[in-house]
Parts: sequence; structure tokens; C-alpha cells
Amino acid sequence: MLVFILRRLAQSAVVVVAMSVLVFAGIFAIGNPIDVLISPEADEIERAAAIARLGLDRPMHEQFMRFVDGALGGDLGTSFVHGVPALGLVLQRFPATLELALCAMLVAVVLGIPLGLWAGLKPDSMAGRVIMTGSILGFSLPTFWVGMMLIMAFAVTLGWLPAGGRGETASLFGVQWSVLTADGLAHLILPAVNLALFKLSLVIRLARAGTREVALQDYVKFARAKGLAPARIVGVHILKNIMIPVVTVLGLELGSVIAFSVVTESVFAWPGMGKLLIDSILQLDRPVVIAYLLVTVLLFVVINLIVDLVYSLLDPRIRLGGGRA
Amino acid sequence: MSVAATKESPAVETPFLRLAREFARSRTALAGLAVLVLIVLAALFARWVVPQDPYDLAQLDILDSMMAPGTLGGGGWTYWLGTDDQGRDMLSAIVFGLRTSLLVGVVATLIALAVGVAVGLLAAYAGDRVDGLVMRLVDIQLSFPAILIALILLALLGKGVDKVIVALAAVQWAYYARTIRGSALVERRKEYIEAAQCLALPHRRIMMRHLLPNCLPPLIVVATVQVAHAIALEATLSFLGVGVPVTQPSLGMLIASGYQYMLSGDYWISLFPGLALLVTIVAINLVGDRLRDVLNPRLNH
Repeated sequence: MLVFILRRLAQSAVVVVAMSVLVFAGIFAIGNPIDVLISPEADEIERAAAIARLGLDRPMHEQFMRFVDGALGGDLGTSFVHGVPALGLVLQRFPATLELALCAMLVAVVLGIPLGLWAGLKPDSMAGRVIMTGSILGFSLPTFWVGMMLIMAFAVTLGWLPAGGRGETASLFGVQWSVLTADGLAHLILPAVNLALFKLSLVIRLARAGTREVALQDYVKFARAKGLAPARIVGVHILKNIMIPVVTVLGLELGSVIAFSVVTESVFAWPGMGKLLIDSILQLDRPVVIAYLLVTVLLFVVINLIVDLVYSLLDPRIRLGGGRA
Repeated sequence: MSVAATKESPAVETPFLRLAREFARSRTALAGLAVLVLIVLAALFARWVVPQDPYDLAQLDILDSMMAPGTLGGGGWTYWLGTDDQGRDMLSAIVFGLRTSLLVGVVATLIALAVGVAVGLLAAYAGDRVDGLVMRLVDIQLSFPAILIALILLALLGKGVDKVIVALAAVQWAYYARTIRGSALVERRKEYIEAAQCLALPHRRIMMRHLLPNCLPPLIVVATVQVAHAIALEATLSFLGVGVPVTQPSLGMLIASGYQYMLSGDYWISLFPGLALLVTIVAINLVGDRLRDVLNPRLNH
């Protein structure tokens, strides 16, 4: 177990370092932030002062060493555009993204598991077929387009829900949350549903496949023979056993939901770190892009590690460190 | 490569026909294929299919801008899908947009296929350390979502059709590498490979002429579905503003350009390109699903 964790940690560290080198070198190589960030009307002295202030006049390896030095101390540079520490900027936007991602997961689970159970118990019924067709559509529809259509339908045409932004927020543990106010919740519904759509389809498929497999097992037959109520069989005997793959996949997908929130945040003008990333890429705001990527990579590495560990606890059949052939 | 194999022995013709017949037994798959053929033909012959070249400014009439679907334009023909802010016929723009979308999707998939096959085949054939190294790389890459990797690459490379293709290929190669490695590991232990090795044939020949053709079926299925993924991903990237340039818009770009008008109720600029995108993706997936059923040897017996 310890060897496994150490090996995974070492591997993760290599990934983080490789990513930061790649990203830093790439962003340095393309585009010239000087042209973007300094007004064309600035005279030579102003330009020189700005370049020196941003450290853009140093040779590349020196800029990188400065960057690494700072990174180890939690300083990822200062945003060219906003003039505040990049890491702080990203972390400050993180709660909004986390809130959106968790709500999307919640929607996917709360809707997906019952639908998948139903489709699995009655695969040939009309409802079962409709659910499966819906889940195929959920995989095929591009997220950003669905988001726009949701705005079109519920915000523009019907006028029930706001089209974008985070709405009113309330403070908890020193962080602003939209879930805590009615207005914020109204703002949260459309983006959360939009982001949930893909995972919802996934949960439906997992739950359905699991149900079909588990429903044929001997212990379910035995429970039925014992005369247990169908609701208890489904709710306890089947549900418990289909949860393992669902929990694992959802754990792994939390990272992907956070990554995909880039799209949803852009559509709904949700002020999370995904929107920050897109804005920063378009404005060539190097430090913020790097900070976002490093935070996300770290997040992924941690999530993957935790899921692997939890999975091994939930299901003792999984052998850690074993090669996947 | 598979074509060469077909020519050598006439008996190989029959399985293909059998597969075609098998494929045609599903109505929905046939419908998907028909729609797909139509879409590809329309995209290929765009200039002759639609009334307007949407990127020839001389053909645009600014007086016809922002017309609702079904409006009769100044040119004497009806804009069935409306016009955009520059008086561009949306139907024409969509067909031309399909061209870019399909081009990016197909070329990126082909490049990724070539790279993935080469790497995966080599890993399976060489085994041991090469295999371990390559598969570790594949595992690491697949643990990150495609969109994140594509975004990073495009942040590095900048905009452009060629750059989007590179980014999409870089995202996809790992799927093919993993797929072909899986089937190559099974095939490698079979007797015909042993026989070829005993004949002291060159490794490259064994890999390309013996191993590869027998690993193709699952690859074809993955590649079909990946074209749909590539098209959707390209649309997403273009929507985010890091994809194709404004001068060569894809469907995603068209949808994005309608975003600002949508809030004032002018739905058609975003709606119809989106529907075109949806129909294309669903058609490809239908064909891919059927191919999976037909090519899956476990279901054939």
C-alpha cells in the first residue's frame, strides 16, 4: 500500500513538473505579451519600464527559474491584466467552479440513478427505451449548444430563469456561495443542468448496466423468494451493489466536470476559473493561464489518487499496483 | 493496407459483402449512413449546392441582414434559414461550415489514427520496457479530459485550422494506441505470427502485413465514433474562441457568432448550425454503433 502511494506520488510529481515546463515554454514561445499588454501609444521609456516590471526582458531560462522559485513558494507571478497575484486570482474563482461542478454532479446522480434503475429493470419497456435514447442524445449534444438553447428557452422565451451570472451570493466560511440565496439558486439551475447533461447520460448507462447484471444474481433471486417487498429489493439489494461503479466513475469524473465547466461557464457568464482561463488565453495573460493549469493538474492528480484508494477500500478485489493488461 | 490484402485473395471479398448485408439489416443505421452521405456530398460540392458563396463579400447584401427564416430576400430567392448580421444566407453558411467541421474532424482523426496505430503496434510488438513506457504515457494522457489538453495546446499554438487539427490529433492518438495494443497483444501470440517470425520476415513486414490487418475491426469502430467526438470538440473550441479563425468558420464558430443575437430573440443564427452539428454527430454515431455490432466477433458466432 505504502509503495503504491509513493509510486503514485512520484508519478504525479513528474506529471506536474512536465506540464509546467511544457506550458511555460509554449506560452513563452507564442505571441508577444508586450504587444498585447502595453498600449501602442506608450513611449520607449514607459515600454522599457513595463517590460522590466513584468520581467519580460530576461532570457527565457532565467524567467523560468524565477517562475519555479516563486512556484515553490506559492507565488505563480502577477497577472498582466489584473495586476494581482495569479494564484490568488485563480483560487478566488475556485469556489464558484466547485459549486457549479458539485451541483451538476448532484443533478446527475439524483436524476441518473433512478432513471438508470428503471431502464435496467424494464429494458424492453417504452420508458426504458426512451431513457436510453435520451442518454444517447445526451452524449451526442455539444454542451455549449445545449446551454445556449437552455438560455433561449428558459431565459429569453419563457423568462423563468436568469440567463447568466452568479446572482446574489451569501458568505459561508469566508467564501461566497450562490446556493445559499434564492436568487443565486435561480442563477445556478440552468448552468448546473447544462453541465450535468453529459454525466447524467453516463450515470444512466452505468446504473442500467449494473442493474441488469445485479438483478440476475442469486442473492436477488433469493431475496425475492424470501418474499421481500420489491421496493426493498431494489432499494437495498440492487442499489447498494450498483453504487460501486457509479461512485468510482463519478469520483474520476469530478475532475472532468471541473474541466468541462470551462464551456458552461463561458456560455452562462459564470464567474468561475474556467471563464477566467478562457479570458486569460484570449488576452495572453500568461501567469493566470499557468496558475490555472497547475491548480487543475494538481486537482486531477489528487482526485485520481483518492479515487484509487477509496476504490481499493470499497472493493477488496481490486489489487493495487497491479498492471492493467 | 487492408486493400492490398483484399486483392491478394478473392475469397476475402465475401466477408465484406456479408458485413455490408449485416450492416443493412438495421434500418436506423442505414438511415444514418444515408444522411451522412448526403452531408458529406453537400459539404464536398458546397458551391453548387447552395445559392450563395457566403464568404464572397460581393454576393452579400447588407440590406438583407438579420432576416428571419423564410423571408424573401433582395436577390429574389427565399432565405429559408434566415440571414446573419452581414446579410449572409444561413443555409449557405451552414453548408460551408460543415466543410470546415468535417475537414477538421476527418483529418485530425486520420493523423491520430496513424500515430496511435504506429505507437500502439510498436508497443505491443516490442513489449517489455517500450510497452510499459508507452502505456504509462497513454494512461497519464487519458486521465486528463480531452478538452483540457486541447485548450492547453491551443493556448500554446494559437488559432488556425491546422493548429486545431494538431491539437485534436494530439488529444486522440492515445485512444487508438490503447485500442490497437489491446488487440495486437492477443494476435501476437497466435500461430500465424509465430510462423511469420520463423520465416525470418522483417519485423516491419510482420507488423504491417500480418498484425495490423487483423487488428483493424475495433480500430474502425473507435475511429468512426472519434470523428464525431473530434467534430464536437472542434465546435466547442471554436465557440470558446480558440479554434478556427473567423475567416474559415466551422459550425461551432457560426453558433458562437449567433450568441450575442440570441438574447434579443434572434434564435436562428445559433439554432440551425447547432441542429446541423447535432444531425451530423448523431448520424456518425448511428453508423459507428452498427459497425461495432457488425464487426464484433463475439456477436457473430
